[in-house]
Amino acid sequence: MSMREICRGAACLALALAALPPHALGQTPQGPYGFGSAASQEELADFFAIPADGRRLPSGSGDAARGAKVYADQCAACHGAQLEGNPAKGIGGDKLIGGRGTLASSTPVKTVESYWPYATTLFDYIKRAMPFNAPGSLSDEDVYSVVAYILSKAEMIKATDRMNATMLPKVIMPNRDGFEGDPRPELQLYR
Amino acid sequence: MENTPTLVLNDNVRRLIDAIVIAEQRHLAERRSEEACACTEGMFPRNLPTSRRSFVFAAGSTAGAVLAGAASAGEQKAPPGAQFYEVPADPTKELGRPVGADGGYGSRSQFETEVRWRFPTANEYTSWSMSPLDKIVGNLTPSGLHFERHHGGIPTIDPSRHMVFVHGMVQEAKKFSIADLKRFPSTTRKYFIECSGNGLTEWVKPTLKSVQGTHGLISTSEWTGVPFATIAREIGLKESAAWVLAEGADAAVMTRSIPLEKMLKDAILAYGQNGEAIRPEQGYPLRLILPGWEGNTHIKWLRRLELSDKPFMTREETSKYTDLMANGKARQFTFEMEAKSVITFPSGEMKLPGPGFYNITGLAWSGRGRVQSVDVSTDAGKTWYPARFDTVPEPISTVRFSFPWLWDGKAATLQSRCTDETGYVQPTLAQLIAIRGANGPFGSIYHLNAIQSWAVSADGSVSNVHA
Repeated sequence: MSMREICRGAACLALALAALPPHALGQTPQGPYGFGSAASQEELADFFAIPADGRRLPSGSGDAARGAKVYADQCAACHGAQLEGNPAKGIGGDKLIGGRGTLASSTPVKTVESYWPYATTLFDYIKRAMPFNAPGSLSDEDVYSVVAYILSKAEMIKATDRMNATMLPKVIMPNRDGFEGDPRPELQLYR
Repeated sequence: MENTPTLVLNDNVRRLIDAIVIAEQRHLAERRSEEACACTEGMFPRNLPTSRRSFVFAAGSTAGAVLAGAASAGEQKAPPGAQFYEVPADPTKELGRPVGADGGYGSRSQFETEVRWRFPTANEYTSWSMSPLDKIVGNLTPSGLHFERHHGGIPTIDPSRHMVFVHGMVQEAKKFSIADLKRFPSTTRKYFIECSGNGLTEWVKPTLKSVQGTHGLISTSEWTGVPFATIAREIGLKESAAWVLAEGADAAVMTRSIPLEKMLKDAILAYGQNGEAIRPEQGYPLRLILPGWEGNTHIKWLRRLELSDKPFMTREETSKYTDLMANGKARQFTFEMEAKSVITFPSGEMKLPGPGFYNITGLAWSGRGRVQSVDVSTDAGKTWYPARFDTVPEPISTVRFSFPWLWDGKAATLQSRCTDETGYVQPTLAQLIAIRGANGPFGSIYHLNAIQSWAVSADGSVSNVHA
């Protein structure tokens, strides 16, 4: 009779696990339980999340000229022909440009242009969740292109600038330094 | 500056708030029309034995319409979550329903009508719904009344095909099925979840009339799952890991970056809610629970955790769930939900029938730990009295409090104030605005945890006020 069979409870389990060779409980030596299975590179390949340094931006590129077409086909219905947003019932697309200089006012206007700190976030979000009714349907080239179009309309890049994995992280957004960490808790609210 | 962008956003936010005011009025008007008798005058949940006109739903729209024992084919006359049965004149003079006629899963009474209602954002796929706090009793929120926030609709996920991948800066990338996760030792805790946008309409002036509108984005459940720390030990982390990206399997592919310290401290990969599988609207089959942190970080339909050395600066953690201050700088990664409380009875749109005894009751909570004490005032905060706890305070869970009040029939302003175990005292709105600035709800949208005031007028009617 093995220790596992005669033991009950967490303390016993720990004892039993310690007594067993690493491979006895499952297919991997790392974990004490051996549950789950190895994730292959193929399985992980389609996942993405792109931080501000642009790490893991895909290959390919795009410019505003192509982006204007993508925008007209895929984006304008909800975000407006002039990127002004569309509050209509059933739509509700955000305004994308404008609002620079309003953040310290009583009615700030938060847009990609005025508020978003990183251009990489724009790529990540469009590739991830846009267009709203067909998320994840755009090619990387289309995403680079429509990102270039929005950034050029916001006058952050020139209309002829090509966006790719090298150039996109270099775009300095106007509100790049507009964020700070959480200063709470606020001591004046303590008794 | 720009060509009138200010007006555009003003219009958008104002339009949104106008729409929610109308939606709430419609909801309240429906309820008033259901009044069974004048004596209740909106004070207590009403039973509606005769008036079913607003509960006529097309066949198939009610839960269990196809089950044996349900009302005859055609119209099903019952509120959501209930089935309609003929009401006998005397239930002691005829047999009731046979055991098992409900198919083995119970439903609520056909006389119980409370529902969440949706904040009327332009797009119903990215929207939120509010819990009816004025009618919920006790401490736990019924799973079917838990508030919702969705950014791309509610996905339908087959748990037998769902995996959560844990990868990035780990010793070995692994994937876990729901069955795998259920083999690990589990943990079960009662935690509240609050949307950091709870109360966003209330920054400038009292806007919504009921507590469902002003505070309905908080709910409490018992959550069951595997601590992330267990998974971390299972796969091994690399020294460089400091943040974890959590990603959902919905159409928004929702992502938030979470400090590893929090993940190791008390994060749960939850598959259970209130004793059964987590509800689809709450993330079935798997949700990340981050006790005390803003609701948006509790990623639903969890499919991936990526260990990283830095945050990913996703759309939600830069452009959305950040707090723009009066000076134009925005606070980022403001995760904790600070101490807060609200009186749920009496609350907005109720009417007290006359002077006499009332058991004031409400909910209090803190994302930083246990609720230490709750004080109640009936004179707009001039005098405070300690409230009674009706439930045992647990960390990062709601507490049901109460306070015996003998109303003399004169105008009164009711408030509650929560102090948590760290010594933090729930602020007044004036205190909060002094810190955050007066740009709400345009700049400062989130984390409104100020003291709520309900005015009771001499005729007994109760309304939302700033006092």
